[in-house]
Amino acid sequence: MPIHFADHPAPDLAAEPPALSVERVTHAFGPRKALDDVSLAVPRGNFTALLGPNGAGKTTLFSLVTRLYHNRSGAIRVLGHDVRRQPAAALSRLGVVFQARTLDLDLSVMQNLLYHAALHGIGRSAAKQRAAEVLESVGLSDRARDKVRQLSGGQMRRVEIARALMHRPDLLLLDEPTVGLDIASRAGIVAEVRRLVASEGIGVLWATHIIEEIAPTDRVVVLHKGRIQAQGAHAEVLATAGAPDLPAAFLALTHDTAPQSEAHP
Amino acid sequence: MNPSDRRQRTRLPLSGYAICMAGICGREALRFIQQRGRFLSALVRPLVWLFIFAAGFRSVLGVSIIPPYETYILYEVYVAPGLVAMILLFNGLQSSLSMVYDREVGAMRILLVSPYPRWYLLLSKLVAGICVALLQAYAFLAIAWFWEVEAPPIGYLTILPALILSGLMLGAMGLLMSSLFRQLENFASVMNFVIFPMFFTSSALYPLWKVQESSLPLYYICLFNPFTYAVELIRFALYGQFEPFSAMVVAGCAAAFLLAAIVAYDPSAGLMARRGGPEAAK
Repeated sequence: MPIHFADHPAPDLAAEPPALSVERVTHAFGPRKALDDVSLAVPRGNFTALLGPNGAGKTTLFSLVTRLYHNRSGAIRVLGHDVRRQPAAALSRLGVVFQARTLDLDLSVMQNLLYHAALHGIGRSAAKQRAAEVLESVGLSDRARDKVRQLSGGQMRRVEIARALMHRPDLLLLDEPTVGLDIASRAGIVAEVRRLVASEGIGVLWATHIIEEIAPTDRVVVLHKGRIQAQGAHAEVLATAGAPDLPAAFLALTHDTAPQSEAHP
Repeated sequence: MNPSDRRQRTRLPLSGYAICMAGICGREALRFIQQRGRFLSALVRPLVWLFIFAAGFRSVLGVSIIPPYETYILYEVYVAPGLVAMILLFNGLQSSLSMVYDREVGAMRILLVSPYPRWYLLLSKLVAGICVALLQAYAFLAIAWFWEVEAPPIGYLTILPALILSGLMLGAMGLLMSSLFRQLENFASVMNFVIFPMFFTSSALYPLWKVQESSLPLYYICLFNPFTYAVELIRFALYGQFEPFSAMVVAGCAAAFLLAAIVAYDPSAGLMARRGGPEAAK
């Protein structure tokens, strides 16, 4: 039987895999397709905004990438590692900030970070050192010993971002991280994550429905009813929609023309 | 860290497994210490049964000499092993089902994005829960000792494996339930539909021969209740004796529940997809 080396391309720095690649993923809950032939990529060192109204399929996509359940069709790769076939390699390169709060309120900030480090097999002394670094980078060094319960909503989010960075991921997923925050903390968190993209070369997938959070330099993926409506650089998405600005483009791409799959039940 | 360093991290070092389990147990221990109310209520519950219920029924329910007891015993002495099993039951369901509750759903997801195999994460979670339950069980036995529930000293050692095995079975049962039921609104419904029925249809409060005398159907329900065997395993172990049939049933149920829970939490099984679907609470 011939061996196909093509499946295992030689490591080539010029052709390094993107932080995240999703290829032709379709996922259905019963008869309803939550994701329909979705393909997208998050390059390294890039901020990609996943823009979509509620129910667009963002949460399903996050569940698949974080391996809460498997994709039935297509492939999801984190730095070239298939989430289904090499889950350990894929998950160890992945940091997540979920939409729901996931910190232990009764434990201190440091205890939360050390717990997460342990889940990634990082020993205590290395974890403490790293925790100091990540807290420094989100500006919360002085709160390490405080209980999470004593923090503000914005500070909790920053702790969650710090936690997601504990194991030095190459890909950071954030699922509507600014929901429920005031404008100042929202802007602070967006700026924080952009700085990480620039300084650490992390690929970021930022799911949101708040258009103001997107900068002209971002890549944009517009997801609506489980389908990719447009993706590319900011300008490319505007061109696809034939709109002067992103709010108009978003409206044009997501206003309700029933997709064909639903027009023929 | 440059990209080529990062590529090296494909295989998980063995030491990481130990760190991971220690971390999960450590978190459970910290939460346990922080929430002193949880410890007290976990302790008060069986003590209320022991001090009030058992004392009140002391004269009503005469217990004749049945193994492992060698003399006539007080009713308190008879119920104590059942109450220890109740501690394990509460703990097993509480620590597993707490993952279903809204705020805790997130904690479960943080656990599941760990790169370690899912079965290992679930097992670690169970071990952590059992450690906490053991603390409570021994605290209860210590207080009961002053209440004339005195087992031979060796019993406090031989009960340990029985507690671990029973804790594993009940914890795995809770884990399985947490994956199967999409919504368990609150712990009250779990108490009504799981804990109380299991507790009352077992040999915890009355010996099975007494149940058989009064109701044959109830007797058969008790016989098919795995909790009965956890109680009997603990009862014999507390007196330094080994009850092989109960041990077999408890071990078998533990293995079955654990296996089913691992399957239910498997990302390919579809159950998690159902749980995590758009209709499920975020």
